Amino acid sequence: MKILVTAKRVEDPESKIKVKPDGTGIVQEGLKYKINPFDEIGVEEGLRLIAKHDPKGEVVVVSIGGKEVQEQLRHALAMGAHRAVWVNHTGPLDQLAIAGLLQKVTEKEKPDLVILGKQSIDDDQNQVGQYLAEFLGWGQATFASKVESLESEAEKNKVPAVTLTADGKAVRVVREVDNGLATVECQLPAVVTTDLRLNQPRYASLPGIMKAKSKPIEELTPAKLGVDVTPTIQVLKLSSPPARKAGIKVPDVATLVDKLHNEAKVV
Amino acid sequence: MPIVLIVAEQQPDGNLRKASLNAISAGKQLADKAGAELHLVLLGKEPAKVADELKGSGAKVVHLGAAPELEHYLAETYAPAIAALAQELKADYVGMASTAQGKDLMPRVAARLKAAMATDITAINGAGADLTFTRPMWAGNVFAEVKLTTPVKVFTVRATEFAAAAGGQGAAEVKTFAPKVEASKTKFVDFKEVKSARPELTEARVVVSGGRGTKGDFKEIEALADDLGAAVGASRAVCDAGWVPNDLQVGQTGKVVAPALYIAAGISGAIQHLAGMKSSKTIVAINKDAEAPIFQVADYGIVADLFKVLPELRQELAKLK
Repeated sequence: MKILVTAKRVEDPESKIKVKPDGTGIVQEGLKYKINPFDEIGVEEGLRLIAKHDPKGEVVVVSIGGKEVQEQLRHALAMGAHRAVWVNHTGPLDQLAIAGLLQKVTEKEKPDLVILGKQSIDDDQNQVGQYLAEFLGWGQATFASKVESLESEAEKNKVPAVTLTADGKAVRVVREVDNGLATVECQLPAVVTTDLRLNQPRYASLPGIMKAKSKPIEELTPAKLGVDVTPTIQVLKLSSPPARKAGIKVPDVATLVDKLHNEAKVV
Repeated sequence: MPIVLIVAEQQPDGNLRKASLNAISAGKQLADKAGAELHLVLLGKEPAKVADELKGSGAKVVHLGAAPELEHYLAETYAPAIAALAQELKADYVGMASTAQGKDLMPRVAARLKAAMATDITAINGAGADLTFTRPMWAGNVFAEVKLTTPVKVFTVRATEFAAAAGGQGAAEVKTFAPKVEASKTKFVDFKEVKSARPELTEARVVVSGGRGTKGDFKEIEALADDLGAAVGASRAVCDAGWVPNDLQVGQTGKVVAPALYIAAGISGAIQHLAGMKSSKTIVAINKDAEAPIFQVADYGIVADLFKVLPELRQELAKLK
C-alpha cells in the first residue's frame, strides 16, 4: 500500500501575523515556520494506516515551494515517512495550480490514498483536496475526524475515523459535519482530508531525525510536470481586521444586568 | 445578462439550512453589483419541500433538481449536477453558504468548471468587471481583497457577515430540471445527529461560552444558557482537552457565530477564538485576569471568578422577569 501525504510550509500558528503597512503582504521578520498542522495530522494518519494494514507499505510526502520546504519534508521523514517529493517553485500559487501539480505527482506515484490537511492555516481556503479528487475522478472524504461527539468511550473506540474495509478495496471515513457525524465509504484510490481531532501527531524521535537525513527527496518542477501555474486569484490588498473598540469594565453583576437590559437591550 | 447561481442546502431532516438565506442575500448583493440575475438551485430526493421558502428571497428563478440518487448528500454526486446546471445557464458566479457541505462541495464544483474560488467571503466590493471579494486568512488575523480571473467564479459565504434574505412567498419562478447523475465511487453509510435541546450554535440569539477558566465544569454555563434560551459554546482549549464535544467550538477552527449577545466566561480570548465571535452585537467577558485579551473586544467586562459571577447573573436576570 502506498499513501501520498502533503506537507505545506506555513507560519507557526503561535506567531503573531501582522500586515505590512502598504498591504502587500505580511511582516516576515521574526516569523517561524512549521508543517501545516492539518498536514501533520495527515502524515500521522498515513503512518498509522500503513502500520496497521501493510507494514511493508510506503508513505510518500510531497511539498511545493522553494528549497526551504525541505525542512518540512525532513520533519515528515523524521516522523517516519519513507521518502519525499519536492516540487520546486517560488512565487504565488493558487489552489487550482496546487491541485494541478498534485494531480501530476499523484499520477506519477499512483498511491492508494492521498491524505491532505483540510486547509492550510495561512490561506484558510479549504479547497485543494476537493479540487484534486475531482481532477483525478476519485472519491473524496473531507474533514476526517475522531468521533468525539459520540456518547460513550465504547462507541468511540468502535469506530476509528479512517479505516480500510475488510477487502482492502475501500476506505471508511467518519466526517465532522454540521450537527453530527457522517460516515462515507470511498473506493480506493481516494482522497481524504483531515480535521483537527483526527489524531495526535507523534514527535519525531532522535533516531527518526538521524534516519531522515539519508532518506531520498526527489526534485520536480511545474515545467517537468507540465502544469501551467499562472495564478487565477489576484490578491490585491491585505488588511488587518477592523478593531472592535474595547468597552467598559463593570464593578458588579447588578450593573452588568442593568447595562444589558437598559443600554444594549439584549436581555 | 450575467447570472449568479446560489446553491441552497437541505438538512438531513429535510428542512432548509438557515445559512442558505444568508448566502442568498450575498448572492443578491453580488447580482446587484455585477448587473446580474439571481438564480437558486436545490438538489435532493424531494427538494420541492422547501422550494416555497425560497420564492420570496429575491431570486428570479429557483431550479429544483430531484433524483433518487441525490437523497443523501455526496460531493461526488452533487458536483456534476450543479456544474452541469451552471454551464447550461452560463452562470458567471456560483456560490453557497460556508457550511460543512458548502466547503466540501464547492471546490469540487469549481474544479469541474475550471474556476478559481474564494472561501468564506465576508464582503463584495466594486462592480462589474472590477468586482472583488474580501475573505479571511491566517485565522482571521488578515483580510484579503481578492479578484478571481477565471471566466466562472466560485465562492462560499461566511453567513454571519450577510443578513438573512427573507423567506416565504414571493415572485420567483420555480423550474424543475433533470439533474445530471453520475456514478459515484463514494457511498453514504450513515449520519449520526448530535442532538441538543438548545438552539443551534450558529443560529442562536444568545451564546454562553466557557473556556479554560471553567476547568471543565460547564454546569453554570449550561444553567445560564438554559435560563436565556441560549446555545452553549466553548474555546478550542476546552474542546482539545476533551471537556466538551468539539461541536461546541467557537473560533476559526470551529464555528463562526454572531449572536445578539455573546457571554464569554473564563475565556482568555486567543486570536483564533476572537475570529469566531468578534462580529457578535454585544460581548460580555467574565475573567479573573484583568489583562486577558478578551476584554479588548468586550462591551462589558467583569474581572471576577466565573463561578461567583454566573450564579449571581442568573439571580439578577431572574429579577427582570
